[in-house]
Amino acid sequence: MKKVGGRLTLLVLVVVVSVIFFVPSYQPFYQALPDWLKKVMPSKGVTLGLDLQGGIHLVMEVDEDRAVEIAVDRSVVALQDLLVDKKIPVESITRTGPTQVTIQFQNAELKAQIQKMIDDFPTFSETESAGSANRLVWELREAEVKRIKDSAINQALETIRNRIDQFGVAEPMVQRQGLKQIVVQLPGVKEPKRAKDLIKETALLEFKMLDEDNQLKLDLPARIPKDKEAEILKQAEAKLPIGDQILFERAVEKDTGREYRIPYLVKKRVMLTGDVLSDARVSIGQFNDPYVSITFDAKGGREFERITGDNVKKRMAVVLDNTIYSAPVIQERITGGRAQITGTFSTQEANDLAIVLRAGALPAPLKIIQDLTVGPSLGKDSIEKGVQATLFAGAMVVVFMIVYYRMSGVIADFALVLNLVCLIGALSALNATLTLPGIAGIVLTIGMGVDSNVLIFERIREELRLGKAVRLAVDGGYDKALLTIVDSHVTTLITGVALFLFGTGPIKGFAVTLCLGIGINLFTALIGTKVIFDLLNQRHKVEQLSI
Amino acid sequence: MLEILGKTNIDFMGKRRFSFLFSGIMVVLGLIAVIQISRGAANLGIDFAGGTAVQLKFDQAIRIDEARKILEENGLANAELQEFGQENKLLIRLKTSTTLEEKVAERVVAVFTKEFPANHFVVDSSTEIGPAIGQKLQQDALIAVLISFAGIILYVAARFELRFGIAAALATFHDVLAVLGTFYVLDKEITLLVVTALLTLAGYSMTDTVVVFDRIRENLRLRRRDSEETIINNAINQVLSRTIVTSLTVVLVLIPLTLAGGEVLHDFSLALLGGVIIGTFSSIFVASPLLLLWPGTSGRLLKRS
Repeated sequence: MKKVGGRLTLLVLVVVVSVIFFVPSYQPFYQALPDWLKKVMPSKGVTLGLDLQGGIHLVMEVDEDRAVEIAVDRSVVALQDLLVDKKIPVESITRTGPTQVTIQFQNAELKAQIQKMIDDFPTFSETESAGSANRLVWELREAEVKRIKDSAINQALETIRNRIDQFGVAEPMVQRQGLKQIVVQLPGVKEPKRAKDLIKETALLEFKMLDEDNQLKLDLPARIPKDKEAEILKQAEAKLPIGDQILFERAVEKDTGREYRIPYLVKKRVMLTGDVLSDARVSIGQFNDPYVSITFDAKGGREFERITGDNVKKRMAVVLDNTIYSAPVIQERITGGRAQITGTFSTQEANDLAIVLRAGALPAPLKIIQDLTVGPSLGKDSIEKGVQATLFAGAMVVVFMIVYYRMSGVIADFALVLNLVCLIGALSALNATLTLPGIAGIVLTIGMGVDSNVLIFERIREELRLGKAVRLAVDGGYDKALLTIVDSHVTTLITGVALFLFGTGPIKGFAVTLCLGIGINLFTALIGTKVIFDLLNQRHKVEQLSI
Repeated sequence: MLEILGKTNIDFMGKRRFSFLFSGIMVVLGLIAVIQISRGAANLGIDFAGGTAVQLKFDQAIRIDEARKILEENGLANAELQEFGQENKLLIRLKTSTTLEEKVAERVVAVFTKEFPANHFVVDSSTEIGPAIGQKLQQDALIAVLISFAGIILYVAARFELRFGIAAALATFHDVLAVLGTFYVLDKEITLLVVTALLTLAGYSMTDTVVVFDRIRENLRLRRRDSEETIINNAINQVLSRTIVTSLTVVLVLIPLTLAGGEVLHDFSLALLGGVIIGTFSSIFVASPLLLLWPGTSGRLLKRS
């Protein structure tokens, strides 16, 4: 028997440190502590995974190709404006591929003139293959495509972070995963659908002018039922003037609450975008109807003043993600850099709209490729049931060990409890997250903890049967079980490490608790309980071991 | 001293023909399951196969055939429905192959809101997983498992002998396959959580085997004159009470978890329960007899003593 002192100190130290880190995980107890103690102790308990406390886990992909298309589309509109300004007549300018713009014109003499305009679009190059007298083909440069794609994901990350910050979620996680994926975790969210909508909305705000003269010629119906948009678009397709498009306003019948759509002919040219906003807030109008009031930054304000001044008595559409929110008539030049977005929405919808406008637009739509939502009730259910069942199971083990091994069983039970407290404490200290698979890891650890004790006790019994004295039997039992315990733990540890390094998500959570548990278990089984046995032997000179 | 078993002297090795027959059947079953899984023909959870799962909790009881009918009427055919009786919970699963549209979860919720206006419900959980993610998860899990097996064989081979390492790995494989096969036959859904359970039982079974092997190694050094069969039999008998006590304790933990741990833990605990039983069986009846199939000289182990 070796000296107990050093090992006893170590054991006490481990117990104290574990308890300090464990306590915040058990709130009822933590709350009862005096304030001065709370101040010096760690305040954060173990973080529960989404499967245990409810919440959202989203994996999204930025549609990069679409981001490129959107950029090309913008250039098309800009080029159109420029040609109109310079009074150069062209037949059509269209995006003919993901990165390709084709310009058709009747007068072949114009070719050189248009060709020169590429100087204003340095991100494009002219392709040689389009050797027609009436046609030019421009292609977005490779480097620019790459830049747009790169910045798309970064911008999306930034925007989503902003939105979530303003939505108000405790401990959100927004991360880039791999090249083009974004992982968002929102633990404990009460309204998952609202949160998802808020994240996913592209929120591209644009101000566009209505083409009222041509709308009359087009003979559009005044209102259509929702879901019929595609038909209208198809009918009007052939007659659509160059540089125009049809957009719909969402409206609701006051008496019946039925939704319908109002089609408008709108000029594609974007007068102003949401980039120039400095603020967006919800206000309540005189009929108790919520609207969003927006404030432009200095540049945006001047621009807005100029646009409204140029277009008095004309109608301007406020377009969000290609849906018209309202299309008011401009009464006079609007100074002061403020505007309102009215439309049919609830206060909450208006609130969320203000958030997405403040946070900025996404560079391209997001595609959700994985969506795990656990309602708060299920999370609570599974915790309650899981904890109850685990406590009950634990109690059975504790009782069994005492019945089977008597006093030694009590020591083994102490080791088990110490295992649990250490493990939860370690998880809190490492800021790891406890998930359902993590609980599986704990169950396995407890199983191994019981096993270690059983191995040792059975060995001690064998030694006692051989007629050895208690002290020698205990030492012999521990010595002989040592190798077995180390071997069995190391093999399991190998599994744990491999799973940690190569597994993903939930499997990783399992691996973390398993690896920690094995380490702690080795300590409690080989040092923790041994110290107690040695202590007993030293103090009382035990003649009969209760085992 | 309370003992479940006294000193035993059972001829475990003599019964290896029967045990090999049983194990052979379980392994074949497991292999069929693996083949079916890789063909996509097994009942794979949506976390692997991709798709949508929505769990709803209603205020009043809901009839499963009615629910199926209204889902079909609203263009969501081939939904798999499962109810958790007492609590009016309904789990709706749609595999990716049945519908390629987005927002399936939202549609399911909309259908129930529309068709059962009087029966209020909350969404307990909803899961939507693209097929690409599922494949990546499968791949990751497979790589992790293969690497951990390689590591274990190496470690056990270094601590014991190569044949011990291989036998331990084979026995563990056997256990995983047996439980997987059983789940396949019972048409239980194979989810990520079940895979975690399989990994857990692999860890448990490996521990169990190593404990037996350890005693065999010890006895090989002590009694050089006995035949290997006798030595192995003795070793198993010596650790038998430990094996039974440990397994019993773990079973004691798992039974309440299976019966009352809630629907999330049920399949997980069930897999573990089966795993513990088969794992205990395999260290005695599979891993150890495998050593006899490959009689080594045990030279290295003897030399060390």
